[in-house]
Formats: sequence, structure tokens, C-alpha cells
Amino acid sequence: MAPPIILGIESATSRVGCALRDASGVLAARESAQPRRHAESLVPQIAAILRESGVAAADIEVIAVDVGPGLYTGLRVGITTAVTMAHALDAVMVPVTSLELVARRAADEGAAERSWERIDAVVDARRGELFHAAFTPEGDWISKPDVVDPQGLAEMLRSAAAETLLVGDGVEAHAEVFAQAGFSIGRCSVYPSAETIVELAAAAVAAGEVVNADSIRPLYLRGPDAQPIRTVA
Amino acid sequence: MRDTHTARAEQILGIETSCDETAAAVVESGSVVRSSIVSSQVELHAQYGGVVPEVASRAHLDLIVPVVSAAVAEAGLESADIDAIAATHGPGLVGALLVGVSAAKSLALVWDVPFVAVNHLEAHLYAAFLEEPDLKMPMVVLLVSGGHTILVVMEDHLRYRVLGATLDDAAGEAFDKVARFMGLGYPGGPVIDRLSAEGDPDAIAFPRAMANDGWNFSFSGVKTAVVNHVRKNPDVSTADVAASFQEAVVDVLVDKARRAAREIGAEAICLAGGVAANSRLRSRTAQVCEADGFRAVIPSRAMCTDNAAMVAAVAWYRLQADGPSPLTTGADPSLQLPTI
Repeated sequence: MAPPIILGIESATSRVGCALRDASGVLAARESAQPRRHAESLVPQIAAILRESGVAAADIEVIAVDVGPGLYTGLRVGITTAVTMAHALDAVMVPVTSLELVARRAADEGAAERSWERIDAVVDARRGELFHAAFTPEGDWISKPDVVDPQGLAEMLRSAAAETLLVGDGVEAHAEVFAQAGFSIGRCSVYPSAETIVELAAAAVAAGEVVNADSIRPLYLRGPDAQPIRTVA
Repeated sequence: MRDTHTARAEQILGIETSCDETAAAVVESGSVVRSSIVSSQVELHAQYGGVVPEVASRAHLDLIVPVVSAAVAEAGLESADIDAIAATHGPGLVGALLVGVSAAKSLALVWDVPFVAVNHLEAHLYAAFLEEPDLKMPMVVLLVSGGHTILVVMEDHLRYRVLGATLDDAAGEAFDKVARFMGLGYPGGPVIDRLSAEGDPDAIAFPRAMANDGWNFSFSGVKTAVVNHVRKNPDVSTADVAASFQEAVVDVLVDKARRAAREIGAEAICLAGGVAANSRLRSRTAQVCEADGFRAVIPSRAMCTDNAAMVAAVAWYRLQADGPSPLTTGADPSLQLPTI
């Protein structure tokens, strides 16, 4: 398959963004940091990057999306948009996890040149918890995505006794816990980005690692908080 | 955007995900239902005794693409035949609403057709027009569901006055709470309706709150009265309690709708919303309309409960009146009925 036109969608954290890529690289991208405005922003952002790059929606062959773990409502906006568009356009899909995106971005921004032995990516899971996975300095997986509490993660990392770069919005959310535990917090970008998604997706397409829209599922990692409300309308 | 679509959108795809039904439908010219798919999550929520927002949102995401695809296919149409896409954007559960709104806006972008954001309460008012497109107005509409109890005067298309609403529990909420207390499970409406057929509606005189007092409603008192009565009389017939409770609720609803219809000189009394599926409410509404000479507009049960055909129907009127909604539209969980 010749390098196709890839749309990337990112909405797993408090940010929302999208990017468009062809064989020459990233054509256009948008990112917004307005909290709780994923649904308002995403489709207009996609319309804007299509316009800016002169690409017709029908030309999109691959849609890549961050499937989490992350904030549920934002995640669902991105996945609904990605899956609906892929189905309508008969496009194939590439699912990417938020944690890998954070680790890859850190690796790309120079973490590998330093003396780090591993990268630990953490995405804020709210309710005092973090989504976490460990990666090599190049951004390859060491451990599976998991839900951890900040204190427990700090102790685990200390006992691992490796030079660790901690990255992700979960670090900022619990900065005092990690600072007290003696960790230096990475200065590299902490949010997953749609530009990283389309780069990873291009590699996945080259490796033949694409899936059907029907197989895309969000990575929630936690069960629903099962507190019934009164019925509505 | 293809101009032909805005000028005359004949085939509208509607999407509804405000609570616990994932629904999609294609309606032609605001009244001809070409398909209507409703995937209910009621069994999923029954184990919790009520709708769990996060469970509902997750289920909507799993169901949205298959339900929308089924609606288009069952209508005998291709995607290129769809002239506009509508979705409920409120009121309802925010996480649930966002799935339908996101899907609709994505399709509008990809298919290059207008998007129409629909008010769920207004959609319920349009269920009646799917079966009787030429209804004469003004009508008094009793919009009764699990989340709402509103007495509306529909002056003309898209023109409403709200006369009154519940001050506490919605009528459907009272059914659910009474059913839960009596161990009848969830949802409460259908089971109380069924049980009432075997009970005596005059067995217990439950209170008719605010019966002669303005246009508002209150249903928390009757719920408490049921609880107190059953605690004092543990051997009471469950069917009698159900029938007497149902009668008290229906009495207040029908009496107020009747008084309103007389006062404004309405052409008809119309039922809307999930509680409008209740047998006693339907038969009593028909009776008073017959007695007073009003037309009784009682939609089929499938059009009373949440569905997407009503969403596509109101979108046809709204698109002509207001044009498309912007793609920056989000969900509004506490959206009110637009009034004149």
C-alpha cells in the first residue's frame, strides 16, 4: 500500500486535537486546550484541517485514534467521531494508546539521548488514580497499561532502581507526591498529540497493522461507577 | 454544502442517545417514517435499579454505528440519499448525548449535508405528527416521562407555551420509585400498568396533590403516601396499591390537561413521553376528550417512548425555520423547551 492519507484524532485527556498526514508528512494539525469542549471542537477542527490542506474527506484512507486510557467522556467523543467517519468512508483504522503516545513524544523529543533507562508514562485518571505503563527510552512497551495510585507508583519506581523519566499529565496532577519521592519531572511535552498519532499510524500502515472500524474499543481499564440516577426523559 | 439539501431536505436521518435507548431513524418530509431502530438498554440498567450514566454512555458507543447503519439500510436508502442529519443535544445525560451528537456531526461533515441539533422535549411533541401530520392547533400536550412532567400549549408548529411542570418528582420517576419500594423491579411504569389491571383503583384514596391549584404538579407526596400505607398495612393487595396509586397520578394529569384545553379552547389533547404508554392514562384521556369534544391525540406506544423518528420529524420543521445548526454544537444536559 502506498503511503495513504491518514487522519489522526486525539481526545483522551483534557485536550482535543487532530492531524492529517500524507506521504510527505503532516499536512495540517489542530489542538485545543479548552477543558470539557471536546465535542464542540473536534468536528470543526477536522473540517478546518481538511480545508487547509485541500484534502476531501472522501480521500481519507486511514483513521487513527487514541483509544485511551483517559477521561471517558472525551475518549468517547474521539472514538465515536473516528469510528463513524471510518465506517462512512470505508476507511481502515489504527488504534493507539494514550500512554504510548506520551512515551513516544518524550522519546522523540530527546529523552533517548539522556541517561534514562526507561520512560514511565502516566495519564491522569481522576479520582486520585493514574493510568500507567513503562516504556524503553525509544518508546517501546515494557509493561501493560494499568491503573495505579500515585503513592504506589512512586514506591514501585523507587524499588525498580532504574533511571526513570516520568512523563504525562498525571505527573503534574500529582507533582507533590513524585517530588517528595525524589523524582525529577520530565520537561518534555506531557500530552498525547494527534501529530504523534499520524506518525505512529504511518508506521503501522507500512507494517500492515490496520484494523476494521468494528473492532475499535475504548481502553477504559476501570468498570463503570454504577450509581443509578433517577431516569431521565 | 450541497444546496439541494438545504432547500428541501426530504430524507432526514435522526439520532437519539439522551438516556438509555440508542436509536436512529429515517423520516421523509417530517412525517413518513421509513425506518425506526431502537436498541433499548433497559435490561442492562435493571440490575442497578435505574439508569447508570456511565453504563449508558458505554453502551451508546458500542451501539451507535450498527444502529445508524441499520436505520439507513432498513429505509432502503444509500448514504447519498440522506439530505440532513439530526441528533438530540439535550436535555439528558451529557455523556450519552455526546455520543449521538458526535456521530451526527461526523456524518454531516463526511456526507456534506446539514446538521440539526434537536431538543429532546420538542421531539416528544412531534411524535404525534408522525401518525397525524395534519393535526389542528392549538393543542394541549401532556409531556410525561421519567425525567419530565410538563403541561404545554402548542399554539402552532414550533410555538409553545409551558403552563406548568412538576415541582418535585416527574410522573415516571414516581412510578419507578413506587415500584422499587414494592419490590417490583425497574422500570416501574410497565409493571404497575400491568398489575393495576387486576387491582381496584378506588381501594385506597391516595392524595391528588395540587389538583385544583394552578398548572404545576407534585408527585413526591403520593409516593410517600404509598410507602406509609404499605408499611401500616403490610397485607394490603399489591394490585390494589398499584391501581390506586396509578389512578391518583392519572387523575391529576388528566384533570389539568382537560381544564387547560377548556380554558384555551384547544382543538385537541395530546399525550407525549414514556408515561404516555400507560394504559390508564391513554383510556382516561380518550374518555375526557370524548366527553368534552376535544380530539384525543394518542400516539402509538413506540412513538411515546424515546425514539429517533420524532427527532428526525422535528428536525424537518426546524431546518426549514432556522437552517442548519453549527458543527460547534455540543450537548446541553439541562436544555429547556423553547417557548414563545
